[in-house]
Amino acid sequence: MTHGTAAVAKVDSPRSPYVRRKTTRGNYELYSWVFMRASGVVLLVLIFGHLFVNLLVGDGVHAIDFGFVAGKWASPLWQVWDLLMLWLAMIHGTNGVRTIINDYATKDATRGILKGLLYLAFAVVVVLGTLVIFTFDPCPPGAPAELLASFCTA
Amino acid sequence: MTATLEADAPSAAGEIPSFTVTLRVRRFNPEVSDEATWQDFTVEAHGTDRILDALHKIKWDDDGSLTFRRSCAHGVCGSDAMRINGRNRLACKTLLKDVNPDKPITVEPIKGLPVVKDLVVDMEPFFASYREMMPFLITSGNEPSRERYQSPEDRARFDDTTKCILCAACTSSCPVFWTDGQYFGPAAIVNAHRFIFDSRDEGGSQRLEILNDKEGVWRCRTTFNCTEACPRGIEVTKAIQEVKRAMITRAF
Repeated sequence: MTHGTAAVAKVDSPRSPYVRRKTTRGNYELYSWVFMRASGVVLLVLIFGHLFVNLLVGDGVHAIDFGFVAGKWASPLWQVWDLLMLWLAMIHGTNGVRTIINDYATKDATRGILKGLLYLAFAVVVVLGTLVIFTFDPCPPGAPAELLASFCTA
Repeated sequence: MTATLEADAPSAAGEIPSFTVTLRVRRFNPEVSDEATWQDFTVEAHGTDRILDALHKIKWDDDGSLTFRRSCAHGVCGSDAMRINGRNRLACKTLLKDVNPDKPITVEPIKGLPVVKDLVVDMEPFFASYREMMPFLITSGNEPSRERYQSPEDRARFDDTTKCILCAACTSSCPVFWTDGQYFGPAAIVNAHRFIFDSRDEGGSQRLEILNDKEGVWRCRTTFNCTEACPRGIEVTKAIQEVKRAMITRAF
């Protein structure tokens, strides 16, 4: 017992017997599983399209300023693109973290608290993001003209 | 064990090399202590010996209180699944020389099931999941007066999953099962697969419905621990994926 007992001693104590909780049937987990695959594929297109347009086309990364972003969000295409990206990424990510919490939390209380925080963060980001995309003013009054998009005539 | 070996190889220059090996066994006796401890045993073993032979030697010659399960001792009954050097294996199918006998070999009970004593665990939660997916033929109508015919192709469809011996090596190697033991586990899904893809069985949709549970196939993270652990070489993860696919095609 001299060698290496400390290294291997960290093993869970034998635990008490358990019983299976009530059965929870329904297609929720099935749809969530399918959604993860489908949204993953769509996100791949959305994110790489986003990166390509923002970082590679034209002046590339140097073109990004307030005017560039404002110009993009003045077009319905980019509004829809970014909205879709926001929602899909948030639902995909939240569902992924939910799965991880389910896998790693051993107590129901921990599980509940972590998931509560997760859903709160989800709600804040999605509401805020959606609000910004739809209520964004590309030409704020009183701003210097050289910072704004070309279509602002004020 | 070694007696037969010696008889079979009668002084043929005594070629079977023997060596000493240390087994570091996880001991637990609830009548003595609530804590499990490690205990080292050093035994003389032959190159042809298995972990089970070493455990026998300890139990028969050294410490009779060492407790473990084994029945057939030839890899068919599925009684002696244990965690050897951190991996789930059958003690009767693992040769000492294959798990590096130069260092102490750790032997623990399989994880995720309540330990009864030493290497013996309570298999009941495991069998409860197995029973839940109804491991028997379900048919309708009158019983045929002859056998139920099946083509070799139809039989081949689920051949792999008929090999399960219910040793629990797969289920107790699954990290999702370790967390709270609510997951049905690979073994139950493998045995459901055996009936779902059986052309004679008519309970397929019932079984799929059972495995569609929150704790059913959707908790599988395809970590392949089960496939690696299976002493029968069943492609467990593949079987689980096939069940998932059957559920998706049924739902859409």
